[in-house]
This record gives sequence, C-alpha cells and structure tokens, in this order.
Amino acid sequence: MSSPTTRPPGRPGTVGRVVHHRLFWPVVALVLLLLACGLRSPGFLTVSVQDGHLFGQLVDILRFSATPMLLGLGMALVIATGGIDLSVGAVMAISLAVSLTYLDASPTAGAVPTVAAAIGVALAVAVVIGTFNGFLVSVLGVQPFIATMILMVAGRGIAMLITQGQITTVTSEPFKFLGSGFVLGLPTPVVVAAVVLVLLVLLVRGSALGMLLESVGINREASRLAGVPSRRITWLVYVVAALLAGVAGIVYGAPTMAADANNIGLMKEMDAILCVVLGGTTLAGGKFYLGGTVVGALILSTIERAVVIFHVPSQITPLFKALVIIAVCVAQSPRLREMIRSGVPGRSGRAAGPPTPAPTPAPAPTVEKVL
Amino acid sequence: MSSTKAATTTPAVEMSGITITFPGVRALDGVDLTLRPGEVHALMGENGAGKSTLIKALTGVHTVDSGRIVVGGEEVRIGGPSDAQAAGIRTVYQEVNLCGNLSVAENVMLGHEPRKGPFIDRRAMRREAARYLARLGVDIDPVSSLSAHSIAVQQLCAIARATVVDPKVLVLDEPTSSLQRAEVEQLFDVVRGLRDSGVAVLFVSHFLDQVYEISDRMTVLRNGRLVGTYLTADLPRLELVSQMIGRSGDELAGLEEGARARARVAHDDDVPLVTAVGLGKDGRIEPFDLEMFPGEVVGLAGLLGSGRTELARLLTGADTPDTGSLSLDGSPVRLTDPLTALRAGIAFASEDRKKEGIIGDLTVRENIALAVQAVRGVWRPVPRRELDELVERYMAALGVHPADPDMLVRNLSGGNQQKVLLARWLATSPRLLVLDEPTRGIDVGAKAEIQKLVADLAADGMAVLFVSSELEEVLRVSQRVEVLRDRVIVEQIVNGPDVTPATVLASIARETPGPSPATPVPTGRARQNHGGTP
Repeated sequence: MSSPTTRPPGRPGTVGRVVHHRLFWPVVALVLLLLACGLRSPGFLTVSVQDGHLFGQLVDILRFSATPMLLGLGMALVIATGGIDLSVGAVMAISLAVSLTYLDASPTAGAVPTVAAAIGVALAVAVVIGTFNGFLVSVLGVQPFIATMILMVAGRGIAMLITQGQITTVTSEPFKFLGSGFVLGLPTPVVVAAVVLVLLVLLVRGSALGMLLESVGINREASRLAGVPSRRITWLVYVVAALLAGVAGIVYGAPTMAADANNIGLMKEMDAILCVVLGGTTLAGGKFYLGGTVVGALILSTIERAVVIFHVPSQITPLFKALVIIAVCVAQSPRLREMIRSGVPGRSGRAAGPPTPAPTPAPAPTVEKVL
Repeated sequence: MSSTKAATTTPAVEMSGITITFPGVRALDGVDLTLRPGEVHALMGENGAGKSTLIKALTGVHTVDSGRIVVGGEEVRIGGPSDAQAAGIRTVYQEVNLCGNLSVAENVMLGHEPRKGPFIDRRAMRREAARYLARLGVDIDPVSSLSAHSIAVQQLCAIARATVVDPKVLVLDEPTSSLQRAEVEQLFDVVRGLRDSGVAVLFVSHFLDQVYEISDRMTVLRNGRLVGTYLTADLPRLELVSQMIGRSGDELAGLEEGARARARVAHDDDVPLVTAVGLGKDGRIEPFDLEMFPGEVVGLAGLLGSGRTELARLLTGADTPDTGSLSLDGSPVRLTDPLTALRAGIAFASEDRKKEGIIGDLTVRENIALAVQAVRGVWRPVPRRELDELVERYMAALGVHPADPDMLVRNLSGGNQQKVLLARWLATSPRLLVLDEPTRGIDVGAKAEIQKLVADLAADGMAVLFVSSELEEVLRVSQRVEVLRDRVIVEQIVNGPDVTPATVLASIARETPGPSPATPVPTGRARQNHGGTP
C-alpha cells in the first residue's frame, strides 16, 4: 500500500533523528571538550594500565563524575515531579559525618562489618531526611524550594552537631577503599555510580514509577483524577534523592576520610541541578532523562578538568564553566531549534503588531475645485 | 424601571462591530452593545458565546481587531486596562482579585491612596476606605486583613474599590457565583443604588432568576455573534434560553423524532448500583438524592453553573462531600479520592479535557494505560503484551486516528483526545461511567460515535451519567433526565415519546417560587429543605 520511497511527513531521516535527538548537543559538547583537552595536552586521551588498574585523565573524569551523577540522578526524579531538592549537598555532609563518627567511636574501625554498619546508619539517616523533605512537600504542600532549603541551611548545622564542631578524621582501610580503591580495574566510585544507575533504571523503568511520576509532573490534577497516587510518588522521590545523596557523601568523602561538615558537598546541589538540565530535563517537570543526566555529569567534570589543562586563571574559572553550560543550554533551546528549522527569525505567539485600526472614515470626497 | 428616562440620553458605552480573532478562532464577530447611564444591562450567552471576550474588549484586556468603542459620546481606543480606567470603566471579576494579605483599606484604595508628601497618609486612607464601604452598607474594620472576611464581603470590597474613582460604567462578571442568597440581596441593593446614581452596570450571570431580578435590558450572544438586545420585561425566560442555545422550543422538538432513547430497563426489584442520599458540598452543590441502576443512562441537564459538574465530581471522588452518604450495591462507601472511586468501579471523564484529562507530553499508549496502571499500583506494571492488546483494542473500538499509540497525545485533534480519554476510563472496566461534556468541542462525526458508544455500554450493563449542555444529546442517550437549576436538582423527567427539549427547557427556565432556591420541587420524590434560606 504505502510506497517505500515516501517518508511520513514530520519524520526526519537517520541524520535528522540523530541531530534532533535531545542528547545530540550535550554529547557534541562533551566530545568537543575532550578533543580540545586532548589537543592541548597530548597525554590527555591515553589510558594506561598499572597493576591491573586503569589510570589516566579520562579515568579521573569518570571518578569525579560519580558524585554529581549520584546527586543528579536523584535530582532528575525530583525535578520530574515539578519539584527541586536543595538539601542534597547538606545530606552529603550529614551522611559522611554520621558514618565517620560511627567509625571513630568504634574500636574496630578497620573491620568490614563495622564499615558496613557505619554506611547503613548513614544511609538510614539520609532516608529519614528524605522522608522529612517529602512530608513537607507532599503532605503539607510546602513549596519544594523552601521545604528543602530548610535542610540545606540547617543540615550543615546538624552535621556539625554530629561531629561536635570538629573535623572528624578516621583511619579505616575498607572505608577508604570506597573512595580510592579499584574494582575490576575501575575506580570504586565509578562502579558504585554505575550500579546505582542500573538499579535506578530498573526501579523507575521496570515498574510504572517512571511513567506515573512523569504524569504527575506534566499534569498533576489530571493524574489525580486518573487515580495516580501523586502524594506517595512525590514523597518517594525525595526519599530516593536523599538516599542517593547519602551514597554520594560517602563516596565523595572516603578518600580523605575527613568529615568537614562545613565544606563537604558545598554547592553540590547546584551541580546536580546542572547535570539534570544539561541532560535535557526541563525544570518545569515532566519527562526526565537519566541517561542525559549521566552525560551532564560527565560534561561538568570534564569542564573542571579543562579549566586545569587550559590554565584558566582561577578567578575566571566560574565564568568559563558558565559559558560552556550556557552554550549547551542554548543549543538545546526548543525555540532556537524551531527558528533554525523554519529559517525564520523567531516571532513567538501572536503577531505583536498593533491591531488593524478601526475602519477609517471614508476618504473625504474630493471637491472639484473651480479654478 | 428606572431606565426609562435614560433612553434619550447619550449612551454610556456604545460598542459596534466588535470583532476579535484568536489564532484559529473568531471569538467575536461584529458584536454591538449599548449601555445607557442608569441601567443594569445583562450580558447573556452560553459558555463560549463570547461574553468574557466582549467584557475584556471593553476593559482593555483584549485589543479589538475591528470595531468602534464610544464612551460618553467620544470614540476611544482601549489599549490596556489603564485606558479603560481612564475612560471610567471599572470591572469586578468573577474571582475576587484583590490581595488577601493586605488590609481592607489598602485593597479598597489600592492605586488611589491619599498622600502626605511622598508618603501614604494611612489615617486618611482608612477614613476614605470606610466611607466607600459605608456607601455599600458594609461595616467592617478597614484595618483588618482582607482574607479574614468571607468571600461575599471580599466581593463587596472589590465593588467598593471599583467605586473609588466615580465610575461611569461598572462591569460585574459573575459577581454572585460565590455568594449566598442573603448576600446576593445585599449586593443587588448596592447595584440598584449605583444604577440610580447614573452608573451603567453591565451584569453577567448564569443565574436566570438573578438576571430577571436585577436587569433592565439584556443582550444575548451566541457563538461570538450578537443575537439581539431586549427589554428584560419583554423577553420570557423560555425565549431567552432558546435564544442562548440557538434553537426554538418547537424546532428542538422537531429534531427529536426518531432519536429516542431505548426502553428503560425494568428495575423495580433491583438494588440500585449507586444511591446518593443528601450528598452535597457547601457553595458547590446543594444536597441531592440520586439513584442509578445498572444499564441505565441518566442525563444531567441545566445551564452552566447550575451544579452539573459539581454533582458529577461528588459522585466520583474528585471532590469530597460535606454532607450525605453514597452507597454502592446498597452498601455505604466513602470515596476519598479518585483512586478509591476507580477501585470501586466509578470512572469520571472531566469536562476540561486539557487541564483535567490528557497528559499532553505522554504518548497515546501511556495516556490510555494511566488509570489502569494507577489502579494496579506503582509496582505492578501492566505487562507489555497485555498493555499493547488493551491499547489496540480500545483504539480500534473508538476509532482513534491516527492509530499510532506512540504519538504524543497533545498532537491529536480534540475529538481524538476525547476518544483516548474514553479509552482510558473504559480500560478500567467501570460499572459507573460519569461523562461530563464528553462531546464538547468535537466534530459531528465523533460526537455521534460517542453517543452510540454510550448506548452500547449501557446495553452491556454499565450505568452512565451523561452531563451535557446540549439537550438534544441528553435526550437522545438518556432514559431519565435530572434537571438542575441554581445548584439544586429541581426536577426528574422520565424520557419518553412526549418529552422534548422544550419540556426540559421549560423545566430549566421555570421561575423558582419564593426567595430560597431550596424549596420543595415538583419531582414527586421527597426532598428535605436543606438550608440556604436567608
């Protein structure tokens, strides 16, 4: 029936599909950044094997991506429901403070069961925090920005209370392994992040959670009328986000094993939001992309590396970061794409010109002038 | 009454040939409206007739594409709300749009605060505000926070605010929809006072009783066109309603032949599927009784704002009732939210397809699956094959076009979106399906298909509550029609060969005896007098 040569209208070909894929520009940005670094610093792209472990700049980038990725994955779920979680940085600090304080008090800090218990307690505390955030947002209806800002501010105070104002330092080989060890040749944080990613994808896309939380984020009232338990779902994502932040805190702090309550995870919530946005998820909620968030985290840590490689003066480092991020976001802008596609400079919405003036009075009859 | 002397003076407002086009829609097409000083003029029409657009043209919210607006004998161009205010046109909107966190005085005087040097003279402001409020017979502390007062008082504050700059024209858009009967009286006293002082009042309301009580003349719009302007005293209610709907009673009767609902199911001994006793919600719908049997289609008729949607929402868990009880198969149930209703086999298709129906950025498949999935729970996803079968079956049964389950639902036409939503509800295999305006804004073909579907579903034993503004449609599909007026079920009409739209129209338009809307009604079924008396 249908002729094979014609394509249904509005369906671009393979090239078009790739170019219009939402991850196209983020991936292009990532590749360009990596290539630029490679040109500048010849050894950048080489990965070497020592003692069965992978080493190199690229491996470091992966390692540094683990923290923003863990935070970003949780943040993506929260943002999908139309919310935001500003407390994740503080949760990192609390989680690390709890686990290190536990180890500090234990006589067997070097034993694996003790370390497991320390992590368990820390993650349990993170879940409690997430439950609190979710309660404020979903049950009491506090705006997510404010609800989570409470713990963003107070969370560091709680972490200070736990460490009693000290920078708790501990020696525990198994714990340190979580931050600086290697599993199957890869740095442990990378493996942890990968496992979390796989579990999360299974949880979200294997169940109906992903679809239902997108539905809540796109149209809350319509979802409620369709029977979607939007309150429980909203609550759940804050718990997941806090749990992942707890994991991030442990992975992030394990190499140094110093619970510096004031500085661990500082401004990391912003990094997390950036990863999510770079990955193509809009802050308005709805559709979310875990894969995009991973790419976002990779871009973010590549930028941080690039800053070093290009010897960007430290005063203008934030500016450099901002420029790259703006470029990616602009390239993703749907309006810009629309403009490019139609080849017309954008004119949004209705014609802005003045309305047709009221019917003008008929032109004055020309009086025949008598000369 | 008092408008007779005004007939000879210059009109306060003369709008002629007003045309406003929105992308794809001509909202107003050459409409004329003349307001005389010292009259209350009602603007009538069904939902979507263009009343709001016309008001917004007058108050500067929309700019007109063509047409003239003459205020007080001078042609004006109203480019924004400030132009309207400068021309002496003030508006009180349906929803109170004041600042609840400011004081009463601040709200009343907002933008016109008396000053002392660069500062606001707070004492003078309170004094002035109290004066304007007193003119309306409102005696409240001007310092108190506005939100501390009832909606009715807030509405009066909004009117006081509109009178701060002596208005020539006062536009009241559904000012009574949130008021109790006694408060309406208070408002009407104020409106009469303003009218007698020479203000032209434009009054918009869905309550026919109120329109007849307060207005001197009325202008009727339909589908963006002017139907006519009449003296209220010269236009009987029945005539008004048929002007608004666009069919004469006789014409409607003619259309009815052959489109009769099928014979009622005998159900004398059956237990009703749904029994509502005294179900009601304050300010939304007065307590009502309703029984529905399996296989029965019950229509809800009444003008917009008569409580049709509110009734439907109470039956389906979308809203929770304040009073009364609901039983399913004779055993009481409490529907706390739509999910419990769906689990009990009650599905509700809202009239607002866009805001309360489709999830625009999800695919057709996901939209259809949503309610089924919600009933199953988050952790038990519908298996892919089962889902595909379900989606395919309902897309084929309802003729969703294009038949692509992976399309985003927002890219479908309105009629097809409606079919997708019907598929969503049918997929839950409901026992009671509540359809609120299921055919609004969709083309004739899809409309007929949906009507036929309703008949088929009922034949299979489903109970359907069918809410529609179109009387022909209600009568075509229903075996019984409950007529609503002013948030009360006023009559129950059993459909039969002698029932015509004119019959229902007469019931809708019939004057409510006495001042209270909750008076005994000629339904033959017992109804208590549920409050609402002044």
